[in-house]
Amino acid sequence: MPAVRSEIRFLLNGTRVALSDVRPDRTLLDYLRLERRLTGTKEGCAEGDCGACTVLVGRLSGGNLVYESVNACIRFLASLDGCHVVTVEHLKRPDGSLHPVQQALVDFHGSQCGFCTPGFVMALYALWMRDPAPSDRAIEKALQGNLCRCTGYEPIVRAARAISSYGDAAADPLAVEREAVISALKAMKDGGRVEIGEGRQRLVIPASVDDLAAVLEAEPKATIVAGSTDVGLWVTKFMREIAPVVFIGGLEELRSISEKDGTLTIGAGVSYSDAYALLASRIPAFGGLIDRIGGEQVRNMGTIGGNIANGSPIGDTPPPLIALGATLTLRKGNSRRTIPLEDFFIAYGKQDRQPGEFVEAVHVPLPGADTRFAVWKVSKRRDEDITTVLGAFALKTAADGTVASARIAYGGMAATPKRALAVETALTGKPWTMETVEQALPAYERDFAPITDMRASAEYRMLAAKNLLKRFFLETTEAGGPLHLTRYEAA
Amino acid sequence: MTRHEALDLKKPAIAGGVAHSLRHDSAHKHVTGEAIYIDDMPEPAGTLHAYLGLSTIAHGTIRKMDLSEVEAAPGVVAVLTAKDIPGHNDISPTGLNDEPVFPENEVQFFGQPLFAVIAETREAARRACRLAKIEYEEQPALIDAADADPASPRLVTKPLKLERGEVEKALSAAPRRIKGRMRVGGQDHFYLEGQIALAVPGEDMDVTVHSSTQHPSEVQHMVAHVLGIPSHAVTIEVRRMGGGFGGKETQANLFAAVAALAAKRTGRPVKLRPDRDDDMIATGKRHDFLIDYEVGFDDDGTILGVDLRYAARCGFSADLSGAVTDRALFHCDNAYFYPAVRAVSAPLYTNTVSNTAFRGFGGPQGMVGAERIIEEVAFALGKDPLEIRKRNFYGETDRNVTPYHQKVEDNIVHRIVAELEETADYAGRRRAIAEFNATSDIVKRGIALTPVKFGISFTATHFNQAGALVHVYTDGSVHLNHGGTEMGQGLYVKVAQVVAEEFQIDIDRVKITATTTGKVPNTSATAASSGSDLNGMAAQNAVRQIKNRLIDFAARHYEVPKEQVVFLPNRVRVGNQEIPFAELVKQAYMDRVQLSAAGFYKTPKIHWDREKGRGHPFYYFAYGAACTEVSIDTLTGEYMVERVDILHETGRSLNPAIDLGQIEGGFVQGMGWLTTEELVWDEKGMLRTHAPSTYKIPLASDRPKIFNVKLADWAENAEPTVHRSKAVGEPPFMLAISVLHALSDAVASVANHKICPRLDAPATPERVLFAVERLKAEAAK
Repeated sequence: MPAVRSEIRFLLNGTRVALSDVRPDRTLLDYLRLERRLTGTKEGCAEGDCGACTVLVGRLSGGNLVYESVNACIRFLASLDGCHVVTVEHLKRPDGSLHPVQQALVDFHGSQCGFCTPGFVMALYALWMRDPAPSDRAIEKALQGNLCRCTGYEPIVRAARAISSYGDAAADPLAVEREAVISALKAMKDGGRVEIGEGRQRLVIPASVDDLAAVLEAEPKATIVAGSTDVGLWVTKFMREIAPVVFIGGLEELRSISEKDGTLTIGAGVSYSDAYALLASRIPAFGGLIDRIGGEQVRNMGTIGGNIANGSPIGDTPPPLIALGATLTLRKGNSRRTIPLEDFFIAYGKQDRQPGEFVEAVHVPLPGADTRFAVWKVSKRRDEDITTVLGAFALKTAADGTVASARIAYGGMAATPKRALAVETALTGKPWTMETVEQALPAYERDFAPITDMRASAEYRMLAAKNLLKRFFLETTEAGGPLHLTRYEAA
Repeated sequence: MTRHEALDLKKPAIAGGVAHSLRHDSAHKHVTGEAIYIDDMPEPAGTLHAYLGLSTIAHGTIRKMDLSEVEAAPGVVAVLTAKDIPGHNDISPTGLNDEPVFPENEVQFFGQPLFAVIAETREAARRACRLAKIEYEEQPALIDAADADPASPRLVTKPLKLERGEVEKALSAAPRRIKGRMRVGGQDHFYLEGQIALAVPGEDMDVTVHSSTQHPSEVQHMVAHVLGIPSHAVTIEVRRMGGGFGGKETQANLFAAVAALAAKRTGRPVKLRPDRDDDMIATGKRHDFLIDYEVGFDDDGTILGVDLRYAARCGFSADLSGAVTDRALFHCDNAYFYPAVRAVSAPLYTNTVSNTAFRGFGGPQGMVGAERIIEEVAFALGKDPLEIRKRNFYGETDRNVTPYHQKVEDNIVHRIVAELEETADYAGRRRAIAEFNATSDIVKRGIALTPVKFGISFTATHFNQAGALVHVYTDGSVHLNHGGTEMGQGLYVKVAQVVAEEFQIDIDRVKITATTTGKVPNTSATAASSGSDLNGMAAQNAVRQIKNRLIDFAARHYEVPKEQVVFLPNRVRVGNQEIPFAELVKQAYMDRVQLSAAGFYKTPKIHWDREKGRGHPFYYFAYGAACTEVSIDTLTGEYMVERVDILHETGRSLNPAIDLGQIEGGFVQGMGWLTTEELVWDEKGMLRTHAPSTYKIPLASDRPKIFNVKLADWAENAEPTVHRSKAVGEPPFMLAISVLHALSDAVASVANHKICPRLDAPATPERVLFAVERLKAEAAK
């Protein structure tokens, strides 16, 4: 067993912090506001949707230091072990002058009531550090997780375009002090396990994946927390008891994404943001979908592993993964099993995961040249919304123009992410024509009986689901005009 | 004399007078997180936290309320219910006694506050709330306005009727008639800072409440009413709100009253801040409406008569629903002349949260009805809706009487629309869109240009008054206070600009201070777009009193005629010499001149007889127009706003940058209302869209791809308002009606513009898709 430490350590702005009395469900936001009186970071929704609580978290990734915007409201304090937390209070220069991001927002009239503003400052700060001359598309993407009710965003976007005219990102304190922060964070990581508290106060940060397996064998009922974009709400919205909690977000081994022999292997701790580059280059349609999951802050925290493990019928990644024929590796102790992803989802709220078992990785076969793949998400608001209907299609046509195979999966149409088996059957072996598509449409009624809820009616879900198949077909024809709305031409 | 003033002596103009694009006075604090909202204030020692327990049925009686586990929960100090209220258990803003703080017996909506828990921490209070055991006797609940008895529905307040001309006759004589019904959704304010109050008990009966409110005076009166103490014992203070939009006009009352009650009960400061979900469930929203219309018109598209009924889901109490539904009727004409008109309101009782003020205050719903009528006429005649709009505009000298018998005397809609039509290239783009649609099977485009004419003044005439308090200190610095509240709209900086201009001193010599009932009493809500009109004038009046005293003093002291005392930038010319402002102030003080004044203003010309439906309720009108182009996806109903051009007038703007911000922000907020912001109640009467995860306000990526906003720089107010400026808070909100009609235009293209899409609001992707489907099906018949 590795060495055990009974405190978490992190940097808060310019200060080293070590805490030994951390509740597993203590959020970073409450810690900042109530214990540190750092009130620049606001609570707007306590569910990771409005961005008023945005702070930066710097973390070591393969020896490099990465700063990302996150939602402090649903981020657990204990998950920050070995990280650098930067709040809006850290930005003003020692001489009292404003940071370039702040000055630009002032000069372009980017604040009205000002309550959302610190969150915008932090989101734009993260953007500016990694992309000092962002396109409008990049600005909008960076701001998908920030709501403003006053300005209509136009002056904020104008300010975002101009930040670099106020200063050089390379000369920013966080860039200049990089090495010092890296060595400070490295010094905090002693390679040991962290255990704090007992019973309802208990939390564990395993030292490694092997250690995680051991911890879960010993405490099979523990709540596993990776990005906390879902579990965070169990606490802030439902006040659920979640202890004992095992935090896995800091396990580098789970954060690897690799490609071998035509298959991507995505570790359970890989965030959407981490997965984006490789996914978007290998499966561009999947990259387009990632862009529409949550806001930037949620993508920086949330993991594909978590999206699968929580079993939601409206998780965005399972349908495309199922369509692509992905498999899932689950581990318990030292034994592993690998199953088709679709078999993981048994019923609403029920997955094929044993006590003490955890999702280790998902394996995604890359679609071959003979496979056409598409995934479309339909939601009330284009960005940062929960899926109304999501359809994913992987189809192979034979040399004679017939459908050789079809894998079609939907989210939002059933109690789990689900394959449209009847539709697949209706298409397979038939010529790939609109007539075949039309004839397959009644099969949707056999595959799905969607519900009516606040997002849409059952009738809408059914019609939109069918129309997505039509669009999938139209894409292979010479249909008149564009087949999609495009806000910006593909980058 | 300080160096600061010496340097200013040669300045040709002051820094920060009127008509300058000054930044928001708190901008530098917004961006650093240093601006203090109520939840950020250091809590006084011993502060307790309150949390509200909400009902879980929509209608019924409380059979038994067992709060013993709540009381026994860790950290709980007290539990308060209706029986703990020492004064009146009523916070109805119009005195109808129909809105209890906590109901004694009858639950009237799902989420109604029933009790409050006071505990050592907010978390403890929040957890304890969930331990309540309440038994109800459920009764049938009326949730949807469409289910109300059409013949004699239960109303929350007296309806209004506006009538001019002979409607039946006009309709029956009209060559063409169309009848229809439109549904217009409500809207949650989604201010980023939720409701909050921090009450600090004082000695005797005193209590001070920091309340996030647009209406400190009303909160003061409500707290006094609930506690059964005189108003003089209650002080309400608010430095800033994190957004209001009408949602803190009356809705702050309950939170302040409960916090004050708890503070007096426990003798300790008490803070009450609901979470986002409870805030959205338990506070009122924009009214949704059912609009029944009948229009008669001729073959050219001239409207001859309209008959309208505006029914609103008001919720369980009147709140401001009377005035809101009145304002809907006042805007049932938008910018159009109806030769004969009858419009009636139906403020319906429903078992839902009591709906309230929201930017536009019924006006937007009224106008949406008018624009639907225009669209019906246009489709019936196969004409461009813009042609029908222009044909029916109020005249400048004739055809200019409103349904409430006020003459439109300041009409500039013709010029606004003509200029926008030109600069937005409406005709050219309409042709280009038609060409695009002819070859595009799936994605369709649409365009619409709609006008706005919005009446400015509280329709309750007595609210059109304001006070200000101005002190000049002996160093020449100025303390400014007035009854208006700052919710992000830039009121404080605008009024400070007026004061700086009037004194001719740099704006950094003017200190903006928190609104408090202790300094300026009996104020009106900062609402109805009236903030700078009223408070700017009151502050100007206060400054003029002090200036007059300074002039009297200088003339006497330096023995020159009063005409020779002139206020120049940061100095005063007295005869042949120039004296720094601060020095003259010091001299006046030594001569025992009063350097403080209370200013006052009341809007002239306005009057309104509600019984007769006649009068001059509005001092003036504000005008604007917007041209919007959208594209829709006919497979899913999703859409994108491609381009928006706006020409809006704010008279001679006090601060063009602030005004542009109101226009851009108002437009996007209005766009949200008409597109993705959908309130959904389930059959139990529970609001299912009570957080940003389910209630979708616009994002940066929803804003128009191209967004050209221009102030009509040639405009000035025909009335002598403060520096001839105009109100700007609400009118731009309604420019977003152009988005609804652009979507409608795109939908109409699937049936070759032969069928009116009758697209209801909010035009969610679902509504757009089903409208497309209906038109395709009807066209195929």
